Amino acid sequence: MFGGLMLNTWIAATAVAVIAGVTGFFAVLRGSTFAAHAIPNGAFAGAAGASLLGLNPFAGLAVFSVAGALGIAGLSRRSRPDVATALTFVMMLGVGALFISWSSQYSQEAYSLLFGEVFGVSAEEVPPILVLGAVSVAAIAVMFRPLMLSSALPEVAEARGVPPRRMELGFLLVMALATSMTVPVVGALLMFSLMIGPAAAARSLTARPVLALALSVAIALVTVWAGIAISYQSDWPLGFFVGILGAAFYLAGRAYATARRQLDRTASPAA
Amino acid sequence: MSGELLRLDGVGVRLGGREILRDVSLSIQPGEFTGLIGPNGAGKTTLLLIILGLQPVTRGSVLIDGAPRAPRDASIGYVPQKLGIEPDIPLRVRDVVSLGLDGHKFGIRLPSRARRERVDDMLTAVGARRYADARVGELSGGEQQRVMIAHALIGRPRLLLLDEPLANLDISSEQGIVSVLARLARAEGIAVLLSAHDMNPLMPVMDRIVYVAAGRVAVGRADEVVRPEVLSRLYGQHVDVIRVHGRVLVVAAPEGAGEAFRDEAAAEDASVAG
Amino acid sequence: MTVLRYIVEPGFFGSGPVHVALAVGTVIAVTSAVVGVFTVTRGQSFAGHSLSDIATTGGSGAFLIGVNQFWGYLAFGAGAAAFMEMIGIQRRRGRDVATGVVLGAALGLAALFLYLGTEYSTTTGASFTILFGSMFVITSSTVPALIVSALLALGTVAALARVLLLSSLSPDIAAARGVPVRAVGAAFLMALAVSVALSAVIIGAVLSTALLIGPAATALRVAKGPVRAAAVAAGIGVAAIWLGILLAYDSYYWPPAGRGWPVSFFVVTLITCGYLISYLRRSGRRDVARENQDMEHACSVA
Repeated sequence: MFGGLMLNTWIAATAVAVIAGVTGFFAVLRGSTFAAHAIPNGAFAGAAGASLLGLNPFAGLAVFSVAGALGIAGLSRRSRPDVATALTFVMMLGVGALFISWSSQYSQEAYSLLFGEVFGVSAEEVPPILVLGAVSVAAIAVMFRPLMLSSALPEVAEARGVPPRRMELGFLLVMALATSMTVPVVGALLMFSLMIGPAAAARSLTARPVLALALSVAIALVTVWAGIAISYQSDWPLGFFVGILGAAFYLAGRAYATARRQLDRTASPAA
Repeated sequence: MSGELLRLDGVGVRLGGREILRDVSLSIQPGEFTGLIGPNGAGKTTLLLIILGLQPVTRGSVLIDGAPRAPRDASIGYVPQKLGIEPDIPLRVRDVVSLGLDGHKFGIRLPSRARRERVDDMLTAVGARRYADARVGELSGGEQQRVMIAHALIGRPRLLLLDEPLANLDISSEQGIVSVLARLARAEGIAVLLSAHDMNPLMPVMDRIVYVAAGRVAVGRADEVVRPEVLSRLYGQHVDVIRVHGRVLVVAAPEGAGEAFRDEAAAEDASVAG
Repeated sequence: MTVLRYIVEPGFFGSGPVHVALAVGTVIAVTSAVVGVFTVTRGQSFAGHSLSDIATTGGSGAFLIGVNQFWGYLAFGAGAAAFMEMIGIQRRRGRDVATGVVLGAALGLAALFLYLGTEYSTTTGASFTILFGSMFVITSSTVPALIVSALLALGTVAALARVLLLSSLSPDIAAARGVPVRAVGAAFLMALAVSVALSAVIIGAVLSTALLIGPAATALRVAKGPVRAAAVAAGIGVAAIWLGILLAYDSYYWPPAGRGWPVSFFVVTLITCGYLISYLRRSGRRDVARENQDMEHACSVA
């Protein structure tokens, strides 16, 4: 399980988990769960198109992802955000479906791009994934304080000169770039689960931002590693494990938080 | 006693462990224009929700025409505080007013000339006719206010409740709304209970005032209620009433000046509870 | 006449499956569009999307046990709607993390069902059809069920129209007038679930949101009153389906030859283009209105 081909997967998956944990933390904080669901689908279209048209795969992925992010941000200006996200979401998927239908291998390929594939990573793909991961994390690090402020206290941030729309666009773009690389491993439809589940679980465990961020990454790592291991053994799709484990960790986090609250209440009976 | 449109007796409400209102008693006669005045957070909205049957009371009774409120009571109209109408909601002004007639009914209804005329008349009465075909979500706050008043009035209620209708308006819109309300209410004999944190725009049209502060009320004519001793007892601290150029200002005194009133209020509470 | 021959490939008007697709598609498009107008108005677009994800799981499950996917879409969708209602997710806050996590688990299950189903079945391209629909997936045995479901959903929404509009205007006013706001919301959610299942049949579970939200969102930009908005939305939906089916049929003669392009691609693209056209055209008043309201909010907060 750890040799040769799988090594690429393990490395790529680790990078994916770090990216997911970091971007997921902010997505949950900002309530952008729907956008997190929609954005990776740009990468789906890009990947399907790239393999079909013989384009440079990374360029294809990045271009479509970014187009998706721009679409959401642009349409949100004059529509309800839900509507903007939903329409961008389906348009990206529709284009992806078209590309898939053109290729001769369509069933298998569609499946792996949407639901993940343990063997989906080749050796050449690993360096770009690592680089993009590093760049995304660096971008978040640079934006960290204004991003935290505009996520937690949008009006205060605006008063301090942090433009909310630009922050939102910036965040969506980082999410687009970051997740574009993760689609071949985790799948477009389940990537958001890797972002949201661990991040939400982390938030239930602690209120301290940096700790929550670290926990978010840690839980994402555990999810992905466990998923790959079990998927490898059982042949069941990786996306299934990501979805289920993400939900499991979230529930565990909620249970912990509730238990903690009960404990506090019994320890100090209120007046 | 008989003939009273609305009567509250010893009403108390407890929410989230806090006592929002206590020992509230008041009555409203048909056709009376009553101002529900008090600072923000005093419980004005809660009181209105109680009358509407949307907020249960912890103690006391609410009688409408001498009987407890029926679930579908068309005799009370309501204009809520902040509507937050989305710009794309597919309702023109005339559609909103039309819903005032039958928005609570199920089934399909065919358009009728009589209904359309009634809607038009109501729109004209509130001064909203010229934007009858505009989307309600695209209007300014003051214009929306008129539309919602038309919506509430078209059902011919006997009591109209308005929650802070003047809060976000500029002065001229304020005056417009107050005069429209007063005129229509007088013409149709509709009683009005209108909440506000500033009583001045209402002074010319108010028959009586219900002043809410610190969870309790003082009821009566404005000159009876808006007095330092009455309000100080209500607030539980020293309060001044200043009259300047025909306007009334209620101002809290500096700290330490009101121990006497606070103790008096506490003593009253103790005697009521004991 | 010759022009028509360029647009419409031979055999289109004579083809049996095309007739079925057009007829059923029209009914489904009208239902989705009308239900969609209320969905967008009530701010429940995300609920619609959630239901479509869950329908994906249902369709995959149906496939796994060898049943027509419509039943899967319907059963899971209705079940999810009932569950959402029970835990009170109707309110706008429902688009929170918990929903997202549940959707992730549902999609994960869909992945598993599709995988297992493909292992044990011989139909090729079934995954694609469940996810992205197909023109020929409407079997004659399901047509009565589709029509009846559509009429039920449409009928429910029509009967509830006034009450739904009043509740969107102000839930408090509606409640004060004796409207059972919660029950009405539950009934609407059911109609929404049925609509999603119907759209999923033609354009696939994953894309079904397009037929629900696209025409509605476009109509809301363009039409002012409720009846006109519903009519415009229905018109757009039907046009998108008809053109989509026509183009999908024609595309069998297009490169890369032989297979034709998916009907869902055309429908989604047409709907999106329709929305973009209305989006770019209509500016000004709406944005001014939004700014006015933002300013009023800001002043009242200060």
